[in-house]
Amino acid sequence: MYLSESRVAGTPSGGAGRHLAGNVLALGTVSLLTDVSSEMVAAVLPLYLVFGLGVSTLQFGLLDGVYTGATAVLRLAGGHVADRFRRRKLVAGAGYGMSAASKLGLLAAGGSVPLIGLVIGVDRAGKGLRTAPRDAMISLSVSPESQGRAFGLHRALDTTGALLGPVAAFGVLWLAADAYDAVFVAAFCVAVLGVLVLALFVGEPRGVTSERPKVTLRAATALLGPGPFRRVLLAVVPLSLATISDGFLYLLLQRRFDIAVGWLPLFPVGVSLAYLAAAVPLGRLADRVGRGTVVAGGYLTMLACYALLLIGDGLAPLVAVLLLRGLSYAATDGVVSALAGPLLPEHQRATGLAVIQTGQALAAMAASWLFGLLWSAWGPQASVAVMAGGLAVAVAVALPPLRSRAGVP
Amino acid sequence: MSLRTRSLVLALAALLLAGAAGGYTLWAAGRRDAATAAGAGPPDAVRGPVRLGGLMFLAAGAGPDNGHVAGEAGGSRTVAPQTCARFYAAAGTAVCLRAERGAVTRYHARILDRGLRETRSVELPGVPSRARVSAAGHLVAWTVFVSGDSYLTSGMSTRTGLLDTRTGEVVQSLERFALFREGRRVEEADLNYWGVTFARDEDTFYASASTGGVVHLVRGSVSAGRMEVLRENAECPSLSPDGTRVVYKKRTGDAAGPWRLHVLELGTGGERPLAETGNVDDQAAWLDSGTVMYAKVRGDSSDVWAVPADGTGRPRLLLRDAYSPAAVEDDG
Repeated sequence: MYLSESRVAGTPSGGAGRHLAGNVLALGTVSLLTDVSSEMVAAVLPLYLVFGLGVSTLQFGLLDGVYTGATAVLRLAGGHVADRFRRRKLVAGAGYGMSAASKLGLLAAGGSVPLIGLVIGVDRAGKGLRTAPRDAMISLSVSPESQGRAFGLHRALDTTGALLGPVAAFGVLWLAADAYDAVFVAAFCVAVLGVLVLALFVGEPRGVTSERPKVTLRAATALLGPGPFRRVLLAVVPLSLATISDGFLYLLLQRRFDIAVGWLPLFPVGVSLAYLAAAVPLGRLADRVGRGTVVAGGYLTMLACYALLLIGDGLAPLVAVLLLRGLSYAATDGVVSALAGPLLPEHQRATGLAVIQTGQALAAMAASWLFGLLWSAWGPQASVAVMAGGLAVAVAVALPPLRSRAGVP
Repeated sequence: MSLRTRSLVLALAALLLAGAAGGYTLWAAGRRDAATAAGAGPPDAVRGPVRLGGLMFLAAGAGPDNGHVAGEAGGSRTVAPQTCARFYAAAGTAVCLRAERGAVTRYHARILDRGLRETRSVELPGVPSRARVSAAGHLVAWTVFVSGDSYLTSGMSTRTGLLDTRTGEVVQSLERFALFREGRRVEEADLNYWGVTFARDEDTFYASASTGGVVHLVRGSVSAGRMEVLRENAECPSLSPDGTRVVYKKRTGDAAGPWRLHVLELGTGGERPLAETGNVDDQAAWLDSGTVMYAKVRGDSSDVWAVPADGTGRPRLLLRDAYSPAAVEDDG
């Protein structure tokens, strides 16, 4: 079966292994550049909309749900097409290209708010399209033993880009005497460089098995049949369902700890720094002690984060909440892909990763909606308590399948 | 391609892209300088200190005056050194909302006296959108946009804060006040407030509150810390000097021009559209007891227009290259 294939495949050493690790570094660089580009735009977009165009940005909120749904469908389709035609690089490249083009789209949209909404939609669609094929390429580029390390390295580079983006944006804005269009053009150039790194330095992983089974939709649905992949899927989706979104978390922190609003923009920076610092070490740890164990540990960390939200007081717990949040991301985001990847046959890796990521994304959306309802009914403290209870149950249920070594390389 | 060739191609492309980005940035900076050299804006504008009084506003346009506090009397404009993103003033108090850009952009509400000297500063949680001062200058309100962690993951919300200049007490968010609808407390997580306007009693205020996609007109009391819903579909209210009428933006259902100014008689509940048929996305201000003024975007600039507040007449151009207008009662 495919598991034994993966295990046989598990020892690429010497030249081939080194070359494939280069693929991970290249994909990480692509993500870094793309994130610099996206975060450059994200940092100035509110300023551009309100000061540059004089519009009420609330008009955007309405499209959120539609985009999330459309992105989910696109992600699944992208994963399947990438596998079916063995063109993971091409599909990922199309996704990166769409996001790059959207930066120029912002210029072309001029002052039209509906067009800007559409351009943001294209950017999101690109993100949805590229994620699964990219993770499949990372997964197929390294041995099953080094999956955690590879995803850790990729996510660390990705987060570095997210941290550099705002700094780059305000450098450009300062040089260009507050011309927002210069930020969009610079972001476009950075994104194009990312696409070029992909085109020039990322190789379509050939995998190690020579057989090329036909990839059909029926085979894709068969992934959901009994087996280790389904076990992981059923374990992680409920965990996402009990996750409080970043937006709500920051709102809770600000209310709970009653801090000056000037610190608010630093919350995501604190989370990202912890994520950046821990991504590689936790990836390595996952390879050694078991990825499922680290994922479970990540959600236990999030549980500790909720507990501090409920009982903490003062500056230290506030900082601890942010760091714990970053750590839990580092222990779950890339590690889930590292866990699920080797459980999937090579020819279905993008599809399988798309399934698990879509499941998590939809669960996270439902969680956000649920948390909003709880908040209206019972207020913030009780809502956090309910989510913490839900997370504790989900972790308890997920622990046995996550830690099961059966069929896990 | 060999690794060497690919590296060479990438290096070359990186140089070209850096050149393109750098070139565009410099060109964009030059555009501003060119506008400065051309001296865009009214030719008779004078630079110098400005005192609160008469018609005040922020200068707009591509020129160097953009964002500066200005006053206009008898057709001549005086431009002060102070810059703001949003501005409003009444009696001896002005509020100037500012964005100080950096890797982490910070926002402040600066409270200014008659001579535009700063008396107090409050840090804000996001991009300034609306500003108001009560008639006697005691209460100040602002609305800012708070963006989510990334525009790819979430929408935006507004936050509205208040300051009592007599005590220095700040209400960080109207969400801390209790909102009632037909006697029942409204407690939704998606509650958003914006566009405060004050009554002459220096306590009562009106504002917009949205939840579940519906925007409500609410009336509140600062001292009581509570608000009640008055009606639906009324945004950015502006109370007349005599406190009998409110002018606000009303959604028309037309995607191209989503808002039209309407006036509401508070006594009778009668509502009428104003003669301005174009889209207005601004919180109107009262020029006098029978006229409101508002900013309309024109290309890269913005103008202030005035229209009778009873639905009659026609809009007329009041100030070219201007926004954030405030009619300030003269120094007593």
